[in-house]
Amino acid sequence: MAASLRCFLRSGKRAVLVAVRRGIHSSSPAAVQVTVRDALNQAMDEELERDERVFLLGEEVAQYDGAYKVSRGLWKKYGDKRIIDTPISEMGFTGIAVGAAMAGLRPICEFMTFNFSMQAIDQVINSAAKTYYMSAGLQAVPIVFRGPNGSSAGVAAQHSQCFAAWYAHCPGLKVVSPWNSEDARGLLKAAIRDDNPVVFLENELMYGVPFEVSDESLSKDFTIPIGKAKVERQGSHITLVSHSRFVGHCLDAAAVLAKEGVDCEVINLRTIRPLDVECIEGSVMKTNHLVTVEGGWPQFGVGAEICARIMEGPAFNFLDAPVTRVTGVDIPMPYAKILEENSIPQVKDIIFSVKKTLNV
Amino acid sequence: MLTNISNVLRTCAQRNGAAAVVSARTYSDFTTQATFEIKKCDVFKLDEAPATQVVMTRDEGLQYYRTMQTMRRMELKADQLYKQKIIRGFCHLYDGQEACAVGIEASINLKDHLITAYRAHGYTLTRGGTVKEIMAELTGRRGGIAKGKGGSMHMYCKNFYGGNGIVGAQVPLGAGVALACKYKGTDELCVCLYGDGAANQGQIFETYNMAALWKLPLIFICENNRYGMGTSVERAAASTDYFKRGEFIPGLRVDGMDILCVREATRFAADHCRSGKGPILMELQTYRYHGHSMSDPGVSYRTREEIQEVRSKSDPISLLKDRLLSNNMASVEELKEIDVEVRKEIEDAAQFATTDPEPPLDELCNHIFSNSPPVEVRGTNPWTKLKSLS
Repeated sequence: MAASLRCFLRSGKRAVLVAVRRGIHSSSPAAVQVTVRDALNQAMDEELERDERVFLLGEEVAQYDGAYKVSRGLWKKYGDKRIIDTPISEMGFTGIAVGAAMAGLRPICEFMTFNFSMQAIDQVINSAAKTYYMSAGLQAVPIVFRGPNGSSAGVAAQHSQCFAAWYAHCPGLKVVSPWNSEDARGLLKAAIRDDNPVVFLENELMYGVPFEVSDESLSKDFTIPIGKAKVERQGSHITLVSHSRFVGHCLDAAAVLAKEGVDCEVINLRTIRPLDVECIEGSVMKTNHLVTVEGGWPQFGVGAEICARIMEGPAFNFLDAPVTRVTGVDIPMPYAKILEENSIPQVKDIIFSVKKTLNV
Repeated sequence: MLTNISNVLRTCAQRNGAAAVVSARTYSDFTTQATFEIKKCDVFKLDEAPATQVVMTRDEGLQYYRTMQTMRRMELKADQLYKQKIIRGFCHLYDGQEACAVGIEASINLKDHLITAYRAHGYTLTRGGTVKEIMAELTGRRGGIAKGKGGSMHMYCKNFYGGNGIVGAQVPLGAGVALACKYKGTDELCVCLYGDGAANQGQIFETYNMAALWKLPLIFICENNRYGMGTSVERAAASTDYFKRGEFIPGLRVDGMDILCVREATRFAADHCRSGKGPILMELQTYRYHGHSMSDPGVSYRTREEIQEVRSKSDPISLLKDRLLSNNMASVEELKEIDVEVRKEIEDAAQFATTDPEPPLDELCNHIFSNSPPVEVRGTNPWTKLKSLS
């Protein structure tokens, strides 16, 4: 079933979809489930087809089908010219990708994980992000840097860092962090179509997770605007703001808290930079309480920025309590399972923080 | 021809109307082209080498002279303006190396691509920038080639990707441009320059590997001016045979002070690339008269005698001038005329560069993103909200 779903989704034939829908219920549509991996794969496939200038490069993206199989089937379909396996040379191939973007192509540069992007971070910041400004608009850099970010499972300290705060610090970059399949699809298509450098932070643990996606999102021109957050759950007592995998944790926490009479509003940031402050402010002005949840370290992080922005804006006067940040523990990621589990926010940590903030 | 007539008339006028018999030299007196014997290049992993007998026409000679002289005077004027504190920050001058920029451009065309590091004013000129917009960029005015936003190290124009401040970073970028040329199926190539200091950067070796692997149409050019800032090549590199450092990439070592050597080697290299053979590496042995930048007097790590020796024996403009004169391809007066014109062009440009207004403050935040709707940018405090347009 999954294979046939993948088949018709990839070919974009919606007729079969309609048939499935009619076949099962005449009243309600069957849910189309797509994993985050497949959503990313389809988005890239469609954009490669749509625009000849788009190409993918990175380690193992072609013949291996992608280290995490995100680019499965693309090399077979598009060949060596459009899907390029690189040697293990991050600084070199990232620079090559940026140069290709400067010369008019639209590269997707994959980092096997964002930890390895540190080797190439000069090319991302100094060659990509700053160039449009330095050239006073003469030289654009339409490039997407994508790959898994943040903690995984048992990969230890050098492979578990979250780079959202590092990249979001820099003007000239757009930084995007999808949570579910619809986010992944819409934001990746938007990122590829954007004429600017976009850092696209995926999450390895989310790749295999299936989500229901709307019919609308399956259209080849479906994009999600970069810079707009989404309210995933409406609520009135407290606002939870998160990005990537922890949006799911927030929703789980909200479900538990609902049974205890605490009504949480959950915001999925979708984009880290530019931050959708208005969405957060609007929510805080309604709920009067705010908890931020992220996987990254606390100091100088996403939550820290949200706190500062709330203080500087109209929502501050609506706060009944200081903003609470729920973050990863301020240590390099340990290996042992029990240690790793206790290094990142768990649902119970979010529940605890909500109750403390609400003083219940 | 008109120059010659005016020379004659001027000479007559100077002699107060006395019957001055000055032999009028008309254009037909000049040799229209001549063949020159140039130094043979050292080669690496190549069966052939660039030609050692080359032809230069009078027109070419005059054009090279004019361009090199313009470049020279432009850099010297920048030196002056820097000392007057009208130019600030970094200023890395190119005087002494003119034969490299002009020689390279002589064998490629404006549809080809070029990228270099921070000693970039000369290349901005050969790639199509005007002296006026280069100088105004140095002085940070709105008429600058990057509207005053970039400065000395960040000048751009069509098919010229700067001007790059991070040592070595421009090399993978250049390979990316070459990849785009190959991808698009054009016969364009990319010339990618770096210095003897940058030659030890790891990312350059990563680029050698990928360029060779993918047969990119890329000419790597190492401008070896003997010093990376204050460090001589002997103190920086285990192997100073920069033309061999590409290991599996064919290389040439070229006399970078002789414009005809540079031109011929570039022609050879361009043919190599355009015939699909992949990348090639040229080392240009050259010299900078100034220190590394305007904050470096340039005499703590080398002797004044050395600088003087290069100036007297190997100056690229003098070498060309001698060739033109001794082969009867131009007259002293003609070259002086060019000097006068160049001086005027530089003066006018400097005048513009010092009087043009600075960029308007309300454009501070523009050009963050391309093709995007206007956004708000935080100023230095939360109440200051600035506007950013594409």
